[in-house]
Amino acid sequence: NINDDTLILLFILLDGTKNGETFAPAKDQFQEELVIRPLHSGDIYASFQFRTLWDTDFLQEGQKKVSHYRLFPKSLGQVLSKFSVQELHISFTQGFWRTMQWGQPFIPSPPGAELWVWFHDTVSDVDGNWKELTNVLSGIFCASLNFIDMTNTVQPSASFKPLGLGNATDHRFLRYATLPREIVCTENLTPWKKLLPCGSKAGLAVLMKSEKLFHSSFHSQAVHIRPICQDEQCTSKAWELRQTLNVVFDHYTSGQGKKEWSLFKMFSRTLTEACPLASSSKVYVDITDNPELFELSPATPLLSQAVVLGDRRTYSVYDLTRAETFGQLRSFNLLLRWKGDNMLRPLLHAERYVAGFGLQTGEIHTVIYNNHPYRAFPVLLMDSVPWYLQLYIHTLTVTSKSRDNKPSYIHYQPAKDRHRPHLLEMLIQLPPHSMTEVTVQFERALLKWTEYTPDPNHGFYVGSSVVSALVPSMVAMSTNFTQDQPLFSSFVPVKEESSYFVRVYTEPLLVNLPTPDFSMPYNVICLTCTVVAVGYGSFYNLLTRTFQVDEPSPPLAKRLANFIRRIRGVPLLA
Amino acid sequence: MSHDFLQMHLKAVISCLLIFLYKVHTTKAGQFFSSGHTNNWAVLVCTSRFWFNYRHVANTLSVYRSVKRLGIPDSHIVLMLADDMACNYRNPKPATVFSHKNMELNVYGDDVEVDYRGYEVTVENFLRVLTGRLPPSTPRSKRLLSDDRSNILIYLTGHGGNGFLKFQDSEEISNMELADAFEQMWQKRRYNELLFIIDTCQGASMYERFYSPNLMALASSQVGEDSLSHQPDLAIGVHLMDKYTFYLLEFLEEVHPASQANMNDLFKVCPQSQCVSTPGHRTDLFQRDPGSVLITDFFGSVRKVEITKDTINLTSPVEPPIQRSGSGDIQIESLTYVDQLPVAEIIHQKPKQKDWHPPDGFILGLWTLILLVFFQTYGIKHLKHIF
Repeated sequence: NINDDTLILLFILLDGTKNGETFAPAKDQFQEELVIRPLHSGDIYASFQFRTLWDTDFLQEGQKKVSHYRLFPKSLGQVLSKFSVQELHISFTQGFWRTMQWGQPFIPSPPGAELWVWFHDTVSDVDGNWKELTNVLSGIFCASLNFIDMTNTVQPSASFKPLGLGNATDHRFLRYATLPREIVCTENLTPWKKLLPCGSKAGLAVLMKSEKLFHSSFHSQAVHIRPICQDEQCTSKAWELRQTLNVVFDHYTSGQGKKEWSLFKMFSRTLTEACPLASSSKVYVDITDNPELFELSPATPLLSQAVVLGDRRTYSVYDLTRAETFGQLRSFNLLLRWKGDNMLRPLLHAERYVAGFGLQTGEIHTVIYNNHPYRAFPVLLMDSVPWYLQLYIHTLTVTSKSRDNKPSYIHYQPAKDRHRPHLLEMLIQLPPHSMTEVTVQFERALLKWTEYTPDPNHGFYVGSSVVSALVPSMVAMSTNFTQDQPLFSSFVPVKEESSYFVRVYTEPLLVNLPTPDFSMPYNVICLTCTVVAVGYGSFYNLLTRTFQVDEPSPPLAKRLANFIRRIRGVPLLA
Repeated sequence: MSHDFLQMHLKAVISCLLIFLYKVHTTKAGQFFSSGHTNNWAVLVCTSRFWFNYRHVANTLSVYRSVKRLGIPDSHIVLMLADDMACNYRNPKPATVFSHKNMELNVYGDDVEVDYRGYEVTVENFLRVLTGRLPPSTPRSKRLLSDDRSNILIYLTGHGGNGFLKFQDSEEISNMELADAFEQMWQKRRYNELLFIIDTCQGASMYERFYSPNLMALASSQVGEDSLSHQPDLAIGVHLMDKYTFYLLEFLEEVHPASQANMNDLFKVCPQSQCVSTPGHRTDLFQRDPGSVLITDFFGSVRKVEITKDTINLTSPVEPPIQRSGSGDIQIESLTYVDQLPVAEIIHQKPKQKDWHPPDGFILGLWTLILLVFFQTYGIKHLKHIF
């Protein structure tokens, strides 16, 4: 049990310091955080973030291979050093994030599985490393990531810049792939939970019960690994592993229609202790709309302000490392009760759908809304379309406010059948308070009959488009990245104070391809064999058969008479 | 004389004791070491797709649950589920798969690791797992790393017919292929003993063609009979389990890691009165008597513990990492984060240098044709006018 483990840990630590020997072990620390944001529609958004920071270098050649892992999971560490990975971002999402109703998420993710990796610039065969990396990750996360191959991997030229330290931004070392069909269920959550230092036995991870987490409108779990600055001067690197889990509970399905939430209602558990290996364990509740929208209990004097997504929000902080948080009952349960209703207007919002009819042609429409009243800003739209939807790029149109809007940068890589998908990246300037529509026509290809999935009438998925933008911020953002900030506001490094970086994912598309009748080979064989047997067989018989006249044998009396006549030597009867 | 009498008495008592101890030794400890296997593996496959085949996933998960409960760890189980029922959008209770109506038993649980899922469950992958011929980048959790002292349990369920089993509504595996795969496993010494259980219609036809030694097989129905499903749940709307596996699960719930139940008890599971179909079994290829084979030889996991009283010295502690040089020595330039959307840089980005490839076949052929025609018409002597 946990008490014994902490005792043993204490002994080991004491032992190390008592000897006073030379070695200072590589410093690693673990922080866990839960942010609860009540949404205007009565739903509730909970975001778990677990961060392990480790002061070591997997990729340094001179040093011996890292072999002693403490808080950082060994399976991921070995993957990083074997494939020379500089940055790894993988997410598994079930459901679609509704920006118009819920605002912007702290960490966005598209439906299905998404994996993008920056390799170190010493790698010579990036494609080979990518293929092996996807296979290894499919074993670690129990997902079918081995379906990622050259037909759905792209190399974006301007999107997905590294989120960690790095100066080499040669996009030859970047690979991006998405599997929109990938299902997320308990078998993906189980190995994800096992990567945490405390597992699911202590700290915030005890709240992760699959029966409640998957009974939600949106569930997304992700792993982000990147090198970050160790300190203010930023002279050395530290590796950061962030495991995030975002979930939105719907008040109709999970809440039984009542706009009232508590930790017990959301997760069927309450918190009893912090993870002993964590240096900080906090629960933040967004109370910016506290008096008008909802009321929170138990109240806490600890408040914190943070600028997140261009807005200054106030948070109630509950520190789980302090015993007072748990109160008399040794258990911590929050209660939020809604009072009013309010509407939300996010500044950037995108949608995508397929237009047209029939199974031959169609049109993809991507609509991007800029809801800022007076500021225009640029967005980078990245589209990756599978090769079996053959795009006609000469029909590409970008219109804003019913006028043509020419993008200032277009990168298009055409698809090669069965080899690589289409990649279209455009930098579009969105006028203020406008709707921009990007349309492109396509034709559906007929696949070979072995390339169809076992359920082809379901349709084929096209991955989400990615819209990356620098949205003007109403509040000045802090560019000092290393000061002590809550984890949810320090994910994306901020370079300038007046805007914040956001990534919006559109819906994936489900497109029907012309599907053959799979029983036809059997039908054709049957019919051909029948025709051959009946038609050719009888024709052959007619041609090669000879006919002989066959006399019927005479009756018995006649035969006897003929026999006697033969004996007598008299001519026989006819 | 009394002294001799006493001595004789003592000798008799001692010999009796020795015989008694020897008998104990052969029954308990002897049995413990006679089975010949040192590790256990399980390959559990559900081959059906679509929501109305919920019961096949529930079948496989109940066997998975029993096998995990009896001790086989996840690293030794290869679980293949052709479709996802738990997080299917038609499941009224997400992340659950029930085996009893009224939602009594959730066989999916909170700790499940599925190795092959969705489109990965194909005949090719199944045969590759059995024979071990997987591409080198396949992770360990997807491999059957058994050796010649492994007892393997193989459980298949789905829709089947006389001599075949249907995978995902698009392909089949025949009984001859399966028999050949087991023969390959035997020749590569990939198993010590193998227990094959199949719960499909006409399941007995699948084990008719086996010819490798040390195989024992069980099926839920004979050739010409259909295996039936057990009971529907009106809230979920589909049938939850097949009859044979339902009674098999009931039987296995009584088994615990130290239980002495043997294969004869397993053969009696689900007689015709309960199952409607007649379960069959095949033991002629198996060397030991089924009565002496424990259920836990296949469903549980062997943990042979050796107790020692010697002290073992642990290796020397972790070597210290190379200390970083002090800040005053070398002027290290500070590292910076990259700009996420550098608009000016993107607009003025130079087009990527494309690698030069030699001309493709068609272009090469076309140019050769053009040159041939040219030289045909004009002759070689005009070359010097051109170059």
